[in-house]
Amino acid sequence: MSALLAGTGMVGGYGGADILCGVTLEARAGEIVVIVGPNGAGKSTAMKALFGMVPLRLGAVTLRGTDITGLSPQDRVKAGMGFVPQTGNVFASMSVEENLEMGAFLREDDAAETMEMVYGLFPILRDKRRQPAGELSGGQRQQVAVGRALMTRPEVLMLDEPTAGVSPIVMDELFDKILDIAAAGPAIVMVEQNARQALAIADRGYVLAQGENRFTGTGAELMADPDVRRSFLGG
Amino acid sequence: MTDILNAIVLFLNFVGVPALAYGSQLALGALGVTLIFGVLRFAFFAHGDLMAFGTMVTILATWGLQAMGVSLGVLPTALLALPVGIAAAAGAALTADRAVFAFYRRQRAKPVVFFIASVGVMFVLNGLVRIIIGPDDQRFDDGARFVVSVREFRDWSGLSEGLAIRSTQALTVVAALIAMVLLFRFLERTRMGKAMRAFSDNEDLALLSGVDPAKVVRWTWVIAAALATLAGVLYGLDKSFKPFTYFQLLLPVFAAAILGGIGSPKGAVAGAYIVAFSEVMVTYAYRKFAMYLGPEGWAPDGLLQLLSTEYKFSVSFLILVAVLVTRPTGLFKGKVF
Repeated sequence: MSALLAGTGMVGGYGGADILCGVTLEARAGEIVVIVGPNGAGKSTAMKALFGMVPLRLGAVTLRGTDITGLSPQDRVKAGMGFVPQTGNVFASMSVEENLEMGAFLREDDAAETMEMVYGLFPILRDKRRQPAGELSGGQRQQVAVGRALMTRPEVLMLDEPTAGVSPIVMDELFDKILDIAAAGPAIVMVEQNARQALAIADRGYVLAQGENRFTGTGAELMADPDVRRSFLGG
Repeated sequence: MTDILNAIVLFLNFVGVPALAYGSQLALGALGVTLIFGVLRFAFFAHGDLMAFGTMVTILATWGLQAMGVSLGVLPTALLALPVGIAAAAGAALTADRAVFAFYRRQRAKPVVFFIASVGVMFVLNGLVRIIIGPDDQRFDDGARFVVSVREFRDWSGLSEGLAIRSTQALTVVAALIAMVLLFRFLERTRMGKAMRAFSDNEDLALLSGVDPAKVVRWTWVIAAALATLAGVLYGLDKSFKPFTYFQLLLPVFAAAILGGIGSPKGAVAGAYIVAFSEVMVTYAYRKFAMYLGPEGWAPDGLLQLLSTEYKFSVSFLILVAVLVTRPTGLFKGKVF
């Protein structure tokens, strides 16, 4: 089976020194892909590069085999990618429902069904749909953020540290939801600080260090690898 | 009892009604300022002169209509000419955006650069208005003078004080109310309105959601110009049109927007009425008002006026300073200025 989304030999950064020095990532349909690594390894940068938010000097990004390296992030949304930034990922002053509507802004057909799907996935959002997203708790806000990104029915959903700053209980809930989302279709690519839990649900894991691929394997393989355990998972 | 009623009527006549009309005019101006700040993220200092420009074109069109013998009966002819003024102001704003602000957006300039550039735009508009219509006072109201006149009110109520409601005041309040309802509906209900709010709330996420920034910017200018022209025309009908006065309106308009919380449309409206009532109440002479409420035959020595009307702008200044020092996000938690 060929890759749905692939970044090959990505080299680049935000101007100045390269942050990515040859990173290769791929995601196949329905997979959960987790990118882990120490601080400053270029995890988020690598994912943003897949989404066109980091200019690449070398390397290419393909979606369904088509080269999308030159596309803007907005055009990648149109092409079937969704992205949930780590911070500022909701419209704080707008209601939950309006956040979801904004997620569907590019769609010309009726998005009501997708909104029902999102409410089905995150029932709490239905109860709070008239409330401004900025007034919700951290975990609920993340649900709004993920829900917003799902409104375009992406084939690949990218999450930048979805569990940053939420409590352990909420974190477990979010991981469960991510499994639910993946079961419903889209491939998921996420960067995670909580490497153990994330790798536990990963079909494919990448360990990055200093802007390069260090280890690659299924989540279970990486968890079992003594080198990975010693250097990145704390024994 | 009659004394108290007289005092209330006196107060309404000299403070309540004028402040309500003035507040409505400020609200329309402050809404424009707050929308521009929310979307373009800078303080647009040419707003007073944009008001003057739109009003000037409306006045010229009104004179044209009057010369052709067109009239709206009891309503001022200026209402018919208003669309022309709005179109001209929108054209001026879009031209300024294309010629000046678009350049700085490409440069990703800091907000203070935009603000300074807007001062330049202000001088250009200012000069244009003075060249075309001149710096003097212009009156252009016609139609009925009063909805309720002092005499009618006295005859009806039997009180010694009268309450006058000029037709321009009633028109101001009604027109402002309609404009505000339309604006809020637009922002709450329509696709473009939501896109504008989203862009103002979180620009990056709005771009990610596929909002076209160029479109949002254009809509913002057109709406702000329409509101500015409406505010200017209503102010001109209510008082008179003088370019310098419109430039001075910038201060209460900004005080209102910042008091309400810049970037918050609801705040702009609330702020505008607070600024207007403060200004009128502080500069009103309460002598007669106190005589009605005090003991029979007693009269205070002075005028009981806190501030002479020449100093009315200091009220806006005080409000501005007080808000920025104590609560820079304003009443409705806007963006920090």
